[in-house]
Amino acid sequence: MNQVSSVAFRVAVAAMFLCSGVSRIAAQEPAAAAPTQGAPKQDSSKQDAAKPGATKNEKGDEDENENPFAPQPAQPLPAGMTGSDVSDPRFKLTSGMYDAAETSMGMKHLQLVKKPDAFQLGSADADDPKVQKMLGQLGIGGGAAKMPKPLQLVIAQLAFANSDLAFQGNHLFQGNFYGVNIYDISNPANMTLLTSMVCPGGQGDVSVYKNLLFMSVEMPNGRLDCGVQGFPPEPPPAAGHEKERRLLAAQKDRFRGVRIFDISDIKNPKQVAAVQTCRGSHTHTLVQDPNDKENVYIYVSGTSFVRQTEELAGCSGEKPDKDPNTALFRIDVIKVPVAAPQDAKVVSSPRLFIDPRTGALNGLNNGGTHGKGGEKPQDTNQCHDITVYSAIGLAAGACSGNGIVLDIKDPVHPKRLDAVNDPNYSYWHSASFSNDGSKVVFTDEWGGGLGARCRPNDPNKWGADAIFSLKENKLSFANYYKLPAAQADTANCVAHNGSLIPVPGRDIEVQAWYQGGVSVVDFTDAAHPFEIAYFDRGPIDPKILVLGGEWSAYWYNGSIYGSEIARGLDVFELIPSKFLTQNEIDAAKTVRVPELNVQNQQKIAWPAQLIVAKAYLDQLERSQALPANRIAELRKAIQSAESSHMSKGKVKKLESMAPSLEKSAAASSPAEAARLHALADILKHPSA
Amino acid sequence: MIFSARSRAARRVTPAARNRLLIRVGAAAAFFYSCGFFCSAAWSQQTEPATPVVVQPGAPGKPSKTLPPSTRAKLPPRSQADVEFMQGMIMHHAQAVEMTALIASHTENKELRSLGARIRSSQSDEIKLMQRWLAARGERISVEMPGMDMSSHTSDRQLMPGMLTPEQMDALRKAQDAEFDHLFLTGMIQHHDGALIMVKGLFDTAGAGQDADVFNFATDADNTQRAEIRIMQNMLEKKLLEEKR
Repeated sequence: MNQVSSVAFRVAVAAMFLCSGVSRIAAQEPAAAAPTQGAPKQDSSKQDAAKPGATKNEKGDEDENENPFAPQPAQPLPAGMTGSDVSDPRFKLTSGMYDAAETSMGMKHLQLVKKPDAFQLGSADADDPKVQKMLGQLGIGGGAAKMPKPLQLVIAQLAFANSDLAFQGNHLFQGNFYGVNIYDISNPANMTLLTSMVCPGGQGDVSVYKNLLFMSVEMPNGRLDCGVQGFPPEPPPAAGHEKERRLLAAQKDRFRGVRIFDISDIKNPKQVAAVQTCRGSHTHTLVQDPNDKENVYIYVSGTSFVRQTEELAGCSGEKPDKDPNTALFRIDVIKVPVAAPQDAKVVSSPRLFIDPRTGALNGLNNGGTHGKGGEKPQDTNQCHDITVYSAIGLAAGACSGNGIVLDIKDPVHPKRLDAVNDPNYSYWHSASFSNDGSKVVFTDEWGGGLGARCRPNDPNKWGADAIFSLKENKLSFANYYKLPAAQADTANCVAHNGSLIPVPGRDIEVQAWYQGGVSVVDFTDAAHPFEIAYFDRGPIDPKILVLGGEWSAYWYNGSIYGSEIARGLDVFELIPSKFLTQNEIDAAKTVRVPELNVQNQQKIAWPAQLIVAKAYLDQLERSQALPANRIAELRKAIQSAESSHMSKGKVKKLESMAPSLEKSAAASSPAEAARLHALADILKHPSA
Repeated sequence: MIFSARSRAARRVTPAARNRLLIRVGAAAAFFYSCGFFCSAAWSQQTEPATPVVVQPGAPGKPSKTLPPSTRAKLPPRSQADVEFMQGMIMHHAQAVEMTALIASHTENKELRSLGARIRSSQSDEIKLMQRWLAARGERISVEMPGMDMSSHTSDRQLMPGMLTPEQMDALRKAQDAEFDHLFLTGMIQHHDGALIMVKGLFDTAGAGQDADVFNFATDADNTQRAEIRIMQNMLEKKLLEEKR
């Protein structure tokens, strides 16, 4: 070990002297590679433009070149690929922690609630000489005085990163690597913090069901008792004993798995159970069995190392041919008796990647090769996240190398129905269904979320959504969708978590793209997805990639909530634009749910209200599926029904207009026909 | 419905907003006439200040405790193993970048070029990430620079697991086409296997890997490199099949 350190030191010293040389090497490499990859010449000029951070860089270009911590520029675009749009206003936003420039289209930012103090490092730390030294080494040096204190304290602080969201009534649960924060959102424009629950262990994925709150824990600092102290590290070795280990890595008080809290008292959550698993829980999915009200189930996706059997009996990280009980190549299913959550336990560990013919546990290939012929690699050994849609008995799993479809009618024993891979996909991350179950949107978390992956030279097929059609349980690829706007090289950006927005007659998803902001996409036509609204703020810092941005963006009962990793909690409202009318927004707002756990997808049903009818009419007008005069006639009839407070006569009139709509439906495309039928149904039994 | 009446009342209100709120809560109460108990609870909560609480649950079945509002977050203890892992992995990654830099001039194999581009892109990024992590903690950044002449130190230079020896690197530099492809793939598999050993060593050390960035990075590197090993093994097998034909 000492030898390593001395080499390390020598190399470090060399680095100090040579750092300008390093950056020159780094700068030359992509350029040298460019001709062989056939990148168009204009790319270099694009790359120059790709420094929006320069707006706040007072030291000039030369200095930037000498900063060995300057972000890695994107490689040239591979042949045949296109990048994102550098003329989009989102590309040129100035940076800042709380004062970054913002821009939006079709939505309005209502509020940012800053991350609570209990989830940030003590302010005294900003004056710690180590912090100043760190800033100097980061190339900020004397500029530190100009740098806002909050920024000094958020550098490299994944430990307190905000993560996923869950909702119940007027309560929002924001997961964090350090615990959970609970907010009152009865007035979405004025969200207030109720409870900060300290309980570290990352990444704090949350779900809520009645009086129970579930939380994922995967990191080795997780403790059964929610302590923040973690576990003691190996003390420095005595001379001559460098290779000896004196402390056991295994710890009986360590917790990695799914915690269950009773939240009957929202200001005093109590831990009622902690179900240990071999790989911990990176994410989890709440599963309800329509035929069993006594229990709920949790699908546990573990993606990190398998712990030692000394710590949790039976855990093995061996390859399946060596140990058929390996903790790799499976998910875990926890059964939670609702009335006795303390009895929750793992009841099955489905082998989702099994080859049904050979029985091999590692039966799925990751599609990482582009060539044809020969055996394909087979290494998908985990799911990252699973979305269940119990109403249709299916789940969609995003499982590192594959997207899969599962039959979950028996929730304890999910069965794989189909699996796909994609040569442009790096890491299958999450999935969501369209409301009718005919489409699945997968995401690719290329770079793991820590990297800048929306730079002008990053291909727009990489780190994107992939939209698949789902017919008779078979997936077929339709198209990609990636955030259309290019982002700075200090903005971590890639496809991340989103939810449906319940606009009737259309498939619309709101989605988080880390520091790429929030993007709302219409994927009604799976082959032609397009953006209809967005919000973005500039990166946290112009010179260093500081982890931040929206982890999740979900629609819940009329508002869009964004979980901002470093800054806090955002809330937005949709506003009308050429892509979305006020009627469509109002119709989406008619859908109210008592709880929302996005990965436990619920079927959306719209009330037979006239506002929903008006939304359909706007869509029929937009697509010109009905002639203008008929639309005018229908609108007039609806309006007089409304102003008459639904008088019998006016309602009868509406009813009389339904048959002709159904006649038109017969001659229309499937999407238009569905709208016409839905509109006719409302007119037959309308409510105000 | 119950939620609506209850937490509206619990939310923080300014005196000016209170009247509006009272009306709204009143309306809600009137509308949800059946809410009885909860509404009365709501009214009594109305007078309490809605300050947020900081709580820390206990072990399962144990009570939670309330922490003072001045509570600030703490990082888990520093582990020297984390620092050495990051320093060592920078050196380790630098060699992979050096190896991929040879591809453009040494082979026309498309599949290898594409794989090399990915490895290079991800490992260059990760070097940055590790440098930032070390700098942020005031630690030395050990970095092996591509093309930097370290030959005078070769004898006492300890390689990280799986790293190619100077002799292996020389052989790779001298090879062309099919021979290069073979040496690259076997070399990079050896190299990646070494990274997996480093990750396992990290997590098998007491108190290591508790830092969120180290944990996340090591987990991600392990997953990525495992996948790449399988891809490379497959490419080798395919090559063997083709050669047999």
